[in-house]
Amino acid sequence: MRRRYVRDTVRERRAERRARELLRSTAGEAALEMYERFGLLSVQNDRYGYLIYPQRPIVAFDAETGELLSEYCVRFRDGSDPEAGERLPDADDVLAKWMALRADEHELIGTANVHPLGRQLDPAMVRRDLAALRAWQGERHAVTV
Amino acid sequence: MKLLRMTPGKGDVLLAEGDPEVAEDEKRLIEEFRRQLDLGMWAAVPHEGPGGRREATMVRDFSEVPAKAERVIFFPRAAGG
Repeated sequence: MRRRYVRDTVRERRAERRARELLRSTAGEAALEMYERFGLLSVQNDRYGYLIYPQRPIVAFDAETGELLSEYCVRFRDGSDPEAGERLPDADDVLAKWMALRADEHELIGTANVHPLGRQLDPAMVRRDLAALRAWQGERHAVTV
Repeated sequence: MKLLRMTPGKGDVLLAEGDPEVAEDEKRLIEEFRRQLDLGMWAAVPHEGPGGRREATMVRDFSEVPAKAERVIFFPRAAGG
């Protein structure tokens, strides 16, 4: 009989806890705190920043003005265990995007499907997230992860 | 050195562990590394950059993994969503 995905919330919570520990040990304490506080990660270079949402698009913004630019839709699907589904735990999903952006921003962005802002994420919500994140980073003396 | 893989439903799982300076361990690490890339995984090595900033480097061959690296993390290849 063909195995198929059946949601198991206990298994998924356990996997998410494990994924958060991997996030902490890889991207650092500040990254884990950002993820737990805002439900996302942020990375930034001199010109652009990215908000990394779990299981949702990456949103690019102008690092200087904070203007939101585009949604980059990218997925990390793993079909090796049908019973577990194809999605990584949320914290693994954001960490995979974080590592790929840190290591080779152009390759990840080149792989993504690019959409105008608002295709999947509410722009007003994203603006609020970015404003809250920047205020928090300011309080923490310009935390960068 | 540990080779870890992100997986749905489990989080990261340990694929292999060993000292790459020990020939037997190195052989096992290289075999597992190649197997994961053959399965379509990407491989990243986390490390600290200037000023202690956390960074990651993608590697496509075991020879690119720094000898002092503690972990290599495999995750599914990105695709447009």
